Amino acid sequence: MLLIPCPVCGERPEDEFGFGGDATVQPPVTDSASGQAEVDIDGFADYLYLRENPKGRHTELWVHRYGCRRWLVVERDTVTHELYSSRLAAGEGGE
Amino acid sequence: MTGSARRIEGAGLHPGADEVRFQFDGRAYRGQAGDSLASALIANNVRVVARSFKYHRPRGITGIGPEEATGLLAIERATGDEPNTRATTVELYEGLSARGQNAWPSVNFDLSAWLNLASPLFPVGFYYKTFMAPAGAWMFYEHLIRRVAGLGTVPEAVDTEHYTSTHAHTDVLIAGGGAAGLSAALAAGRSGARVILVDENPWLGLGLLGEDARIDGERASDWAANAIAALSVMDNVRILTRTTVAGRYEHGFVILCEKVREAPAGRDDPSPRWRLWKVRAGRVVLATGAIERPLVFANNDRPGVMTASAAAGYLLRHGVLPGSRIVVATENDSGHAAGAHLAQAGAQVTVLDRRDTGTAIAAEAGATVEWSSGVLDIKGARGVRAARAATPKGERWLDCDLVAMAGGWSPALHLYAHTGGKPVWDEARGMFVPGVSEDGVICVGASNGSFDLADVLRQGHEAGLAGGSGATSPAPNVEGARSEKASAAFANLSDAGGKAFVDLQGDVTVADLSLAVREGYRSIEHVKRYTTLGMGTDQGKLGNVNGVRAIAEARGEDVSAIGTTRFRPPYVPLPMGAVAAHQSPDLRHPMRRTAAHDLHEEAGCVWLHAGAWLRPQFYRQGTETDLEAVNREVMAVRENVSIVDVSTLGKIEMAGPDCIEFLNRIYTNGWSTLKIGMGRYGIMLREDGMVFDDGVTMRLAEDHYVMSTTSGGAGAVYEWMTRLLETRWSDLRVVLTPVTEQWFAAALAGPKARDVLARVCDGLDVSNEGLPFMAGRVGTIAGIPARIFRISFSGELSYEINVPADRGAELWQALLEAGAPENMEPYGLESMGVLRLEKGHFVIGREAEGRTNPDDIGLGRMVSSKKWFIGKEALGLPEMTVPNRRQLVGVVPVDPSQRIPYSAHLVLPDRPDEIGGAQGWIASLAYSPTLGHDIALALLEGGHDRIGEALIASAPIAGKKTPVTVVAPHFYDHEGSRQIG
Ligand SMILES: [Zn+2]
Repeated sequence: MLLIPCPVCGERPEDEFGFGGDATVQPPVTDSASGQAEVDIDGFADYLYLRENPKGRHTELWVHRYGCRRWLVVERDTVTHELYSSRLAAGEGGE
Repeated sequence: MTGSARRIEGAGLHPGADEVRFQFDGRAYRGQAGDSLASALIANNVRVVARSFKYHRPRGITGIGPEEATGLLAIERATGDEPNTRATTVELYEGLSARGQNAWPSVNFDLSAWLNLASPLFPVGFYYKTFMAPAGAWMFYEHLIRRVAGLGTVPEAVDTEHYTSTHAHTDVLIAGGGAAGLSAALAAGRSGARVILVDENPWLGLGLLGEDARIDGERASDWAANAIAALSVMDNVRILTRTTVAGRYEHGFVILCEKVREAPAGRDDPSPRWRLWKVRAGRVVLATGAIERPLVFANNDRPGVMTASAAAGYLLRHGVLPGSRIVVATENDSGHAAGAHLAQAGAQVTVLDRRDTGTAIAAEAGATVEWSSGVLDIKGARGVRAARAATPKGERWLDCDLVAMAGGWSPALHLYAHTGGKPVWDEARGMFVPGVSEDGVICVGASNGSFDLADVLRQGHEAGLAGGSGATSPAPNVEGARSEKASAAFANLSDAGGKAFVDLQGDVTVADLSLAVREGYRSIEHVKRYTTLGMGTDQGKLGNVNGVRAIAEARGEDVSAIGTTRFRPPYVPLPMGAVAAHQSPDLRHPMRRTAAHDLHEEAGCVWLHAGAWLRPQFYRQGTETDLEAVNREVMAVRENVSIVDVSTLGKIEMAGPDCIEFLNRIYTNGWSTLKIGMGRYGIMLREDGMVFDDGVTMRLAEDHYVMSTTSGGAGAVYEWMTRLLETRWSDLRVVLTPVTEQWFAAALAGPKARDVLARVCDGLDVSNEGLPFMAGRVGTIAGIPARIFRISFSGELSYEINVPADRGAELWQALLEAGAPENMEPYGLESMGVLRLEKGHFVIGREAEGRTNPDDIGLGRMVSSKKWFIGKEALGLPEMTVPNRRQLVGVVPVDPSQRIPYSAHLVLPDRPDEIGGAQGWIASLAYSPTLGHDIALALLEGGHDRIGEALIASAPIAGKKTPVTVVAPHFYDHEGSRQIG
């Protein structure tokens, strides 16, 4: 069980967290101002359902579900589980 | 002297210990304190203790610890037998009663033993080949096979033993209290580090038993005793004996399983039997030793064939000499060391060594030693009578009652491998050793492939100090060590004739493995699963390396090309009780109760576990049936007035100038026109366009809103919204606060709800004009600060009143008193479900079941075309509009007097039994007292266009079928006039 460093709460065991997947994936651009979604259907399906499954370094989201409830961006090695960094998703140092 | 047949006076760790009486298969025996069940059985000359898994061959004891593969017994306990228990790890206690398994009527006379004679008919993969085709045959044969092939029987009674679990943190966790472990613990302990030293045995230092080297000028056993004494007075060292490191995980996380007590608890004894430790360690030192391998020859499973280290171990630990005429078959010096101990205790010992030369210690102790020799076969089905020796002088039968096998050592690498470490084959030493080092773990001593005592102690010492900043001390100094246990003089396994077992528990022979290879299985992982090699409760601790060697030979390749199977936790079987610990059904989750819990209890409610909450299902009066109670409650809402506790609904406060924009993005409908003091219903989609949650959001002030979510979705919705705000929309000025637990909420519903509310509303204008449908007010109710929302789930005139949670009971009482003129009584969750079903309201998790889009549940009109929202792109995917989507419909029985069965599928009337012919299913079902018949909501393929169609609601397992008609998904007051009046 991993020990994940939360910038707010300190090192906490993995079972306090929820996994949020690849933190680098961005939704396809949408035109929210006009209300019209201009999206390539196939591209959007890829965004929804396809993720890289890297062997090695991975930048991912975790939420400290049973702690501060904040979202973190964590860099982890998927093979060794070495944790390289952890920061609040909302930005360095939080608010 | 007890168990006197084989007990040697003055020998063992506890000579002259108290007598302990026990039973095996109904016969009374005597052992002594400190015995294991195995040592006590051997002391009493009980040879056959079990029947084998597949062939029902008689089996005895093979090992002395957790590696035991044959001596699996059922231990009788108060609530049923504890099956598959290794006799080698059970400590003897007064009154212990054990039975053999997989045999009827007994292990000595087993009616299924014909299976052994028929064994040529049962080659490897027999079950697969014979019973997997034609389809269905396996289903027929499985129960017959399970009866004869298998291990013990699982008890069915509820276990009344106590179990517990605990957490600990430490700088160093040391697995194994032998020479390396003690050395590591001393070094770490003296440096001031926090240390947990774990050993599976009742005593530390067993690895130094019988060692004749001197450590720091003392006899090895004295050094160990002094080390243990020193450690036990260090405040920073915790010693856990009878404790196994069951699993090692990332970042220093380790699971320990401690046997606190073997004997059943006395009356009123609350002590646990097992304790599960969850430890976070700065580093883990593996001093787990090595496991001696059996040799492979014909009938090497006969009772009385055991590993040499086990044979010597029973003597050194328990003072039990397991044979009087002993043949030691060895390929290395350690067999001679064992033979020397056995000979010194008075046994007549013959050592047969494959090598042409080696140590003289056995010969010096009086054993006969024959070089370039080995064992070919064993005589004696119920206990060894003779061993067929192959020597340079020819073959002959040697009369004997014990054959001790020294087939080399396998470092116990399991814990090293748990995090993915791959053992590598060391051809020179003939063993798998740790490969690339794993983060945070250090292998020392025999588990590292080191058998020289000075090396072992030094490695332990260095690992104990590693990384620490405390005081250092010198490593123990060794004189006179000579044990070199490594060897590589292997026999060719395929030379073994007859039934030569590799995996004793799974009854896997050399012939089985070579057949598997001939049939084309190449990967060790495939051969393992095809032959069941190493798949028993021992996980191949004894047999795996021999199995790998046999496969390598059959493939004509090196062992290193085969590799090992992956070791996974747990290292030993864990009692399920220890895993569950004190989590009785009531304690499994924190149970959430609403503020009016006690009042519901007093009112006679029937409780329902709804997610994490305990909620009133309904309130029974007198001798009412469940249905009568629900019908009464539903009619009270429809015709009079009633209240329900809705505190469990999720509540999230939202503040900030961008809340409207945020709502526009997360809900499908538009929010820009929402006025202060008004609320709006919304449905929230996932990004894949499926309905995620729904609820009403009230605008309390210019920049202040409160959102309600489903009871079950409160956590997930909050998490989703914070994810959006923190990872994607950090420019939006919105602050969220989850406040579900901070508020108590009651819904006052029914045609007379306004009359009741008016009596407690402290002057608030509750008229239809003053508080219209979907309006919200902040005020007081019965003097309690409150938020009053006029919203309706039941379809009747309804007010949801929220007050601070600590005043919830007060509010509930005040409302009940205010409703006294109407004889108002509360209603529960079950009745609320009927009310919403009559209205045709869908529920998240029922009708919206994760594959349902807004149009499917008839809410396409709530999807704005004028703005963007989460899920909008996905609604454009082609799959979202195919005609056979499962859509929400109503279902009623053709004959109103008929009930619709539970768990029913909807099938076509002309093909009701077609496999795969379901058109959809019933999602929610209730009897409607308002209408006088069953009503249901269903998800039906293309359902929106099938209104009026006749179908069958079929529940094949219950054997029930009811003709039904598809109707629109609302049964009552479709116009909604009752809730707005
Ligand atoms: Zn945190």
